[in-house]
Amino acid sequence: MKTLVWVEHDGNSVKDATLSAVTAASKLGDVHLLLVGQDVQGVAQEAAGIFGVDKVHMADDAAYAHQLVENVAPLVVQLMASHDAFVAPATTGGKAIAPRVAALLDVMQISDILSVEAQDTFTRPIYAGNAIATVRSSDVKKVVTVRTTAFEKAPREGGSGAVEAVPTSGDKGLSSFIGQEIAASNRPELTSARVIVAGGRALGSGEKFAELIEPLADRLGAGVGASRAAVDAGYVPNDSQVGQTGKIVAPEVYVAVGISGAIQHLAGMKDSKIIVAINKDEDAPIFQVADLGLVGDLFEIVPELTRKL
Amino acid sequence: MKMLVPIKRVLDYNVKPRIKADGAGVELTNVKMSMNPFDEIAVEEAIRLKEKGLATEVVVVSVGEVKAQETLRTALAMGADRAILVTSDRKVEPLGVAKVLRAIVDEEQPQLVILGKQAIDDDNSQTGQMLAGLLGWGQATSASHVELAGDCVTVTREIDGGLETDRYCLPAIITADLRLNEPRYASLPNIMKAKSKPLAQRSADDFGLDLSPRLETLRVVEPPARASGVKVADVDELVMKLHAMGVAK
Ligand SMILES: Cc1cc2nc3c(=O)[nH]c(=O)nc-3n(C[C@H](O)[C@H](O)[C@H](O)COP(=O)(O)OP(=O)(O)OC[C@H]3O[C@@H](n4cnc5c(N)ncnc54)[C@H](O)[C@@H]3O)c2cc1C
Ligand SMILES: Nc1ncnc2c1ncn2[C@@H]1O[C@H](COP(=O)(O)O)[C@@H](O)[C@H]1O
Repeated sequence: MKTLVWVEHDGNSVKDATLSAVTAASKLGDVHLLLVGQDVQGVAQEAAGIFGVDKVHMADDAAYAHQLVENVAPLVVQLMASHDAFVAPATTGGKAIAPRVAALLDVMQISDILSVEAQDTFTRPIYAGNAIATVRSSDVKKVVTVRTTAFEKAPREGGSGAVEAVPTSGDKGLSSFIGQEIAASNRPELTSARVIVAGGRALGSGEKFAELIEPLADRLGAGVGASRAAVDAGYVPNDSQVGQTGKIVAPEVYVAVGISGAIQHLAGMKDSKIIVAINKDEDAPIFQVADLGLVGDLFEIVPELTRKL
Repeated sequence: MKMLVPIKRVLDYNVKPRIKADGAGVELTNVKMSMNPFDEIAVEEAIRLKEKGLATEVVVVSVGEVKAQETLRTALAMGADRAILVTSDRKVEPLGVAKVLRAIVDEEQPQLVILGKQAIDDDNSQTGQMLAGLLGWGQATSASHVELAGDCVTVTREIDGGLETDRYCLPAIITADLRLNEPRYASLPNIMKAKSKPLAQRSADDFGLDLSPRLETLRVVEPPARASGVKVADVDELVMKLHAMGVAK
């Protein structure tokens, strides 16, 4: 089987999510990458060095500068004539492009796979991860998105894939890019952080969130996450949301502060190696998944913890 | 300008899913079912665009069993004008739903289709993008703000790194994210009024489409359970345990 893996990148470098997708794809067959963007020769070279990559198809065109799916999907469909599976990480980018491609190929996508059981059989979470389904696809070509926390990252070195420029198909005129607000932060990205400190509604305000959560995160070299309630209330930006409909994370340590542990939140973090929970309600559901739980008032506990660590 | 809002009836988000004893799926009999939460947000957005005078009609559509009528009535009570139920005895996958929706778009000619970003039962997050692909329209996924002006819609989208704003020519597809709006509750008078709003019922078989499933579910199981943890007495004990686990040095 020949796979085509969607490369997630920021114009300078390949994102970690791609590396997990490569690992998933390697369980299906040969790994070809598709790199789409403008002035991406450098990234293409980097991508070609990822362990296990046979080839990088590079589509370099002004129409792809912002990777608008309307422009990119026809290109993927064209390349799928000579590939058997399209594999994308289940990031917001991958989740936007893959179903469009699947529909154009008349294929039913398999979303968010946790494992490859056979070339046509996969496991995937349903109902916010409260159930795991094993599904078999009868489509000739496969389109899958990959839960990145479920697959090891392929090493960034050791590959010697060839870079091949592919003819591009230009601007379809359906969409145009206006702007981006990317939260600038010196912290590790949530999906690759080794430690995450996450805060919930109980923090009460953006000021308190910053005053309590940030120093603890600094102390631990952690990324900062949040529950939906904390994001909705405006304490932190949307990209901090962890959960069924936010980011899926699985760090070595996840510290949940003033988060109740609704199933939608647990869906995004319960595969973390060690879960620490601080909550004043001893019956809060978060304690059912916590390895270490401390019952009490976060406004006293968190400063003391930051000091003593 | 007409808007179409596809809605799905799903297990209520407050209900803990129980897996059937035979591992064939999640138990859906005698449990509370509701409109997919993202679809409530989609319906709300369409109604607001109409209330602002930017659109003329909100048509809601659901593909599913006959009971999805209740869900459509809820949308009518929120303020949608009319409903279409496409009945099917067996489960229709997102690809099939997208094909049915395309047929309805061909008939109804809406300028905007607003869907939820994801149905919280199967967590597929596919239907809107598939429909956009089939129609050759732009797709604004995970919308947190929608600005409709003239022949264009400008949409702010939640992406992994933050927010992105893109502009799309109409007709276009939008999928609603959590922070697009806060859906209203239907008032009692509106619930009464909704009973007399038009609800057309059709059968999926009548569309002459191939809706046969492409995925076969071999089994459904519980996720591996986490070993139960411990409660610590105070911060000192927590710090000690964290050190012992090598978390903080
Ligand atoms: C369609 C849908 C999708 C969703 N997706 C997500 C998602 O992706 N991610 C997500 O997180 N949620 C999601 N939710 C929301 C989810 O259902 C919960 O509402 C949310 O997670 C609750 O956030 P919280 O735990 O911060 O707030 P709450 O549930 O209000 O919990 C606050 C907690 O803080 C504790 N507390 C209060 N004061 C103190 C104190 N002084 N010290 C210590 N503890 C204190 C309380 O005991 C309580 O347990 C979704 C909901 C829906 C309907
Ligand atoms: N059976 C259905 N009937 C109507 N709309 C649906 C149906 N299934 C999915 N949708 C729409 O597509 C969105 C995404 O669903 P999904 O692709 O299943 O995650 C939902 O939020 C609905 O707006």
